[in-house]
Amino acid sequence: MNIIYILWLRQIKRYLRSKSRIIGSLGQPLLLLLALGFGFGPIYQKAGGGNYIQFLAPGIIGMGILFTAVFSGIEIIWDRQFGFLKETLVAPVSRMKIMIGRTLGGATVALIQGLIIFLISLIAGFRPTHLIFLPLALLFMFLISLFFTGLGIAIASLLKDMQGFQLIMNFLLMPLFFLSGALFPFQGLPEALVIIARIDPLSYGIDGLRGTLLNLSHFGMLQDFLILGIITVIVLAIGSYLFSKIEV
Amino acid sequence: MKKFGEFIAVNNISFSVRKEEIFAFLGPNGAGKTTTIKMLTTLLHPTSGQVFLDGKDVIKNHYQARSSFGIVFQDQSLDDELTAWENMEYHGILYGVPKKSRRERIEELLKFVELWDRKKHLVKNFSGGMKRRLEVARGLIHHPKILFLDEPTLGLDPQTRNHIWNYIKKMNHEEGTTVFFTTHYMEEAEKIAHRIAIIDHGKIIAEGSSTELKQKTKTNSLEDAFLALTGSKIRDEEAGALDQMRNHFRMRRRR
Repeated sequence: MNIIYILWLRQIKRYLRSKSRIIGSLGQPLLLLLALGFGFGPIYQKAGGGNYIQFLAPGIIGMGILFTAVFSGIEIIWDRQFGFLKETLVAPVSRMKIMIGRTLGGATVALIQGLIIFLISLIAGFRPTHLIFLPLALLFMFLISLFFTGLGIAIASLLKDMQGFQLIMNFLLMPLFFLSGALFPFQGLPEALVIIARIDPLSYGIDGLRGTLLNLSHFGMLQDFLILGIITVIVLAIGSYLFSKIEV
Repeated sequence: MKKFGEFIAVNNISFSVRKEEIFAFLGPNGAGKTTTIKMLTTLLHPTSGQVFLDGKDVIKNHYQARSSFGIVFQDQSLDDELTAWENMEYHGILYGVPKKSRRERIEELLKFVELWDRKKHLVKNFSGGMKRRLEVARGLIHHPKILFLDEPTLGLDPQTRNHIWNYIKKMNHEEGTTVFFTTHYMEEAEKIAHRIAIIDHGKIIAEGSSTELKQKTKTNSLEDAFLALTGSKIRDEEAGALDQMRNHFRMRRRR
């Protein structure tokens, strides 16, 4: 148990110790929130959608979590050659424990990032409708973090170096974000986009967030929770398997 | 024996190292040294063959075998964003060293490598020599019977190299730790190792004490013996993903 704790603690310490990285990674979500939120606000209102910042905030929170989680999973590639991971692979410790510690740590960091974005969005004018649902919102945020950290680790276990990284950024993460309904509602969308959004795990996460914070769920919160929960378990199982096969 | 696809990296080598011996593994680039160390330390699965450490079958019982050795890798494996003390503490926890002995040993080892007053400093601010000293200290926390070192003094200045070998000799002398290391620095191998094996193209081509090897090749220094046995041709290797990452790592460090 102690082992899982120190691996978790290590992720947190690393995160908290690089202030510049924290601020840097908040830049993009913040920019999108303010630029798109205030930029599209008026037209969205006019088209009958209501307050765009309200709609957008959960999407941006989801974005922050998505990127932070996948990156912390991918850090493994570096760690494996030049860092602590090599140490852990040679120690008399089961890979499972290492995987659990690392995943929980990465997911916690992504969650903290999500919370910071949440606080910033409050400053920008976001107002959740019922505060009592906040713990549920946190649950969704954690589930999203867990899923994407697991995904990051699974992908990283397959890559040998950082080169595949660019590919992943552009062809996986960006589409996952943009096509998840983070930025636009599902009403009236072309069939193709809706189908893609249904395949995108992030859609369910963000929808769940919208449900808990704004009572605006498209798929239904229970469905979001179940689907997200099940795929998280699957991705963690696949991630553990791939992780256990890593050879340095 | 280790095969990567069609390429035979290590071709049926067989050797044994005596308890409390300091054993050096020498060879040109691409000879198979790092692959061998990886097989000995459970990082790579041999394609065939057996490995025994301290009497334990490494392939059948990974976990038990892992507690018998400590390793200092060629590439850094410290956590840059943690302090020296934290690096030591986490290693101790990973190897199941109970709290009281852990704390005692951390203090003892950090003082041994003269890093105790830097214990709360982040490792990223340490020089290459300091990092290496920390890695050696860290490898010894769980009092392993065997210490593996892959090119431990690569890139370090003579004072630091001297210090590090002194620590290792002291460990070997006082605690009876068996030491297995690889190096390109012939004078070190000559001065420190009790016995040496020279590997080339995945095979061991000579084995014995430094004196024996010099006699065998009728040369005056280990370096000459080595060149006599392996030839003077330069070994070209393709830069793989690892070399690219190393370059990247070095560039980051310089900033």
